[in-house]
Parts: sequence; C-alpha cells; structure tokens
Amino acid sequence: MASETIDARGLSCPQPVILAKKAISKGDFPIEVMVDSETSKENVSRMATHSGCSVSIEERADTFLLRIDKK
Amino acid sequence: MKKFFASRAGIVTAGGVIGAIAAYLVYLGNPPNMGVCVACFTRDTAGALGLHRAGAVQYLRPELIGFVFGSLVSALAFGEFRPRGGSAPVLRFVLGFFAMVGALVFLGCPWRAFSRLAGGDLNAVTGIAGLAVGIALGVWFLKNGYNLGRSTPSRPAAGWVMPVFMLILFVLLVFEVKFTPEGPIFFSSAGPGSMHAPLFVSLGAGLLVGVLAQRTRFCTMGALRDLILMKETHLLSGVLGFIVAAFAVNLLIGKFNVGFAPQPIAHSDHLWNFLGMSLSGLCFALAGGCPGRQFFMSGEGDGDASVFVFGMLIGAAFAHNFNLAGAPDKFDKATQVLTVGGPSVWGQWAVIAGLVLVIAIGLFMREKSR
Repeated sequence: MASETIDARGLSCPQPVILAKKAISKGDFPIEVMVDSETSKENVSRMATHSGCSVSIEERADTFLLRIDKK
Repeated sequence: MKKFFASRAGIVTAGGVIGAIAAYLVYLGNPPNMGVCVACFTRDTAGALGLHRAGAVQYLRPELIGFVFGSLVSALAFGEFRPRGGSAPVLRFVLGFFAMVGALVFLGCPWRAFSRLAGGDLNAVTGIAGLAVGIALGVWFLKNGYNLGRSTPSRPAAGWVMPVFMLILFVLLVFEVKFTPEGPIFFSSAGPGSMHAPLFVSLGAGLLVGVLAQRTRFCTMGALRDLILMKETHLLSGVLGFIVAAFAVNLLIGKFNVGFAPQPIAHSDHLWNFLGMSLSGLCFALAGGCPGRQFFMSGEGDGDASVFVFGMLIGAAFAHNFNLAGAPDKFDKATQVLTVGGPSVWGQWAVIAGLVLVIAIGLFMREKSR
C-alpha cells in the first residue's frame, strides 16, 4: 500500500508535478500518483527521477499509476 | 522513438528544427522576424475573417492550420488523442483574450520574442524580461493553490472542434472564397499580412512543427515556468535550441541586425514591451501553456485549449478594432528621424485592466485548503 495516493487525473500542467513534488518533500514513501495523460506521466516521472527517486509505471485503462519510492 | 522525443536530445532537436523553420520561412516570404508567430498569425486569421478590419494584417495563416493537423495526426498515431474539457472554459477564454492583447501591445507572442532575439532585435530582451516576470507571478499563484479545476473526458465530437474549424479555414484559404465582392475572406495587399511563404510550404512547415511539438511538448512558457518553479531545464533546452538554430539561419540568410531601433514590425517603447509581455506571460502560465502549445493541445482533443484559442482570436479582433495593439517604430531614411511607436493610451489601459483582471483570476481561483 502506498503511504500517499494523489489523484492528479484531469489536472492541467504543471499541477500533477506540483502535487507529486509536495508529497516527495514530505517524504511519506511510497507515493502513488494517478495521471491520465502521457504528458503528465512524463513530467512527473522526470521530476521524481531528478529528485533522486525511483519510478515504476503501471497502465490501467485510461490511467497511469506512478509509484514513486526512495532509491 | 517515444523515448527519444521525451529525452533532452529530443527536445533540443525539435526546438532546433522549429527555430530553423521559423527563420527560414522569413526567407521564403513571411514577415521579418515573424517566420512563426502564433499571436500574429491568429491576428491575421481574425483579420482575414473580417473580425477586425486592419487592412495590413489579414491572411489565413496556413502554419496554424498545420499546427493543429500535425498535432492531431501525431496524437492519433501515438494513441494520445483524448477528447476532454470542462476546466473553467470561460476563464480560459478570458485568459486567451488578454494573452492576445498583451502580445499585440508587444507585437509578438513568446515565439516571436525568441525569433526577434535571434534576429538581433534587442527589444525582445525587454519583452522576454516581462514574459519572465509574468510567468513568475503565475508560478506564485500555482504554488499558492491556484488551479482551474479538473477537465473530464468527453466524447470524440468535443475533441474534433478545432480540427474541423481548421479544415474550414483551409478550404476558405485554398479557394480564396469571397462572401461579398470586397470580402471576407480578406487578404492583405500590403503590410505584414501580404507577406507570406507559398501556401503549401507554410502548411507543410506547420504540419512538421505540429508533429514535433506534440511529441516533445515544446512550450515557450513552460520553459521559463519550469525553470522558476523547480529549476527544471528540460523545456528550456528546447527553447535554447530554437534560438540558436534561428540565429544560425538568420546569419546564413543575412537577416541578423542588432539594435533597438529601427527593427521590423517592432517598437522600442520599453515600458509597454515589458508590461505587454508580462500580461501575456501571466495568462499563459495560468492557462498552462504558451499560444503554440494551446494550438497543439487543441489538436489532441483538448476542448479547454480550444476555448483559449478562440479567446485569442476574439482578443485579436478587439485589439485592432479598439486600437489597443502597439504601433511599430517608423524610421524616415531621408530625414533620419525615428518615430517611436507603442500602444495608444487605450492599449495602455487595456494592459492595466488585463493585469488587474488576470491577477484577480489568480487570486480567486486558489484552493483554500492547500
């Protein structure tokens, strides 16, 4: 189970990134982020990777589930 | 392939190709430092449709049609066409409207600001500084809980509005339809609107830019926003690629000329260059994308981005009908006298009113709980 789940579906750029970044700085890993566009998926994973986290991505119907954890 | 476009090499390559295309389109006939200007081209389109009657700026710019179709084709091919909408559309219309007013006071959107910089127009520096300040203000709102709410998935018809609109413009352009003997459709016989590359070259260039930008998410506002918000330079490297390539092509075609005045279709009224672009930058930041990106997202089925584009179109019409747009500097070669242009007093008030309204949107659209 994730410590924190963020539903960022339907939010426009850069909201998903801001929400995920806030969660990363709080440090409650693992974090799950739900997004519904390729753009948000790329942006959130790029930010998380640059913040020194690992990211795994699961695709479910119209949603991408990004699981962000400490490396 | 997907990975390449999402990589830094991908965005730099795309930015470089787009910048080179922008500069080369000037060589092929587009107005100076205006190979690709999303705001100017939207204004020309508004003029061609007769929404304003400024005779010098009327042409259905094929580049914009190409933007939407390039993005549409790319989105369909890569399974990214997602009809959606419903995230505060009327506010997005207002943001599009004032983004355009600000851009036309400066005489260009961020795309043209970077093109002007690559052509040696130093007024672009003032404009880009204003753009950065506007975006920084937008970032402050974003950090303090501003958002326009979620969009929701919709049925395909909602996503096809902008492509169909562009198809209609394309038919009107190709057949040069005249609804009355005088027009519309209007086509400028003098001035920037009369200057254009061959139709199908422009269309092809627009298509290529549309595909590249859809794949890489190229965004001139996002470049500065991400830098300010989180010191992220991914999109910025695309814009740097754009500037360097446009600069190189300008050198090759002899279109590089450093100075403040006289510069083509530009004015050196620094305060209003700065404030115009501040307004524009704030609007783009609050709407989540530069004008180009709004066109590309429209092609991906984003109804909210389409509403922003329609706001730009109407904003352009108002800007010229109500004398809000900046006038370019005039240089008399015989007497060597320079007359500095800039916006009328109406244009100045429109920028101030726009800033007040858009700041109010930023303040009132914050989620209190965050």
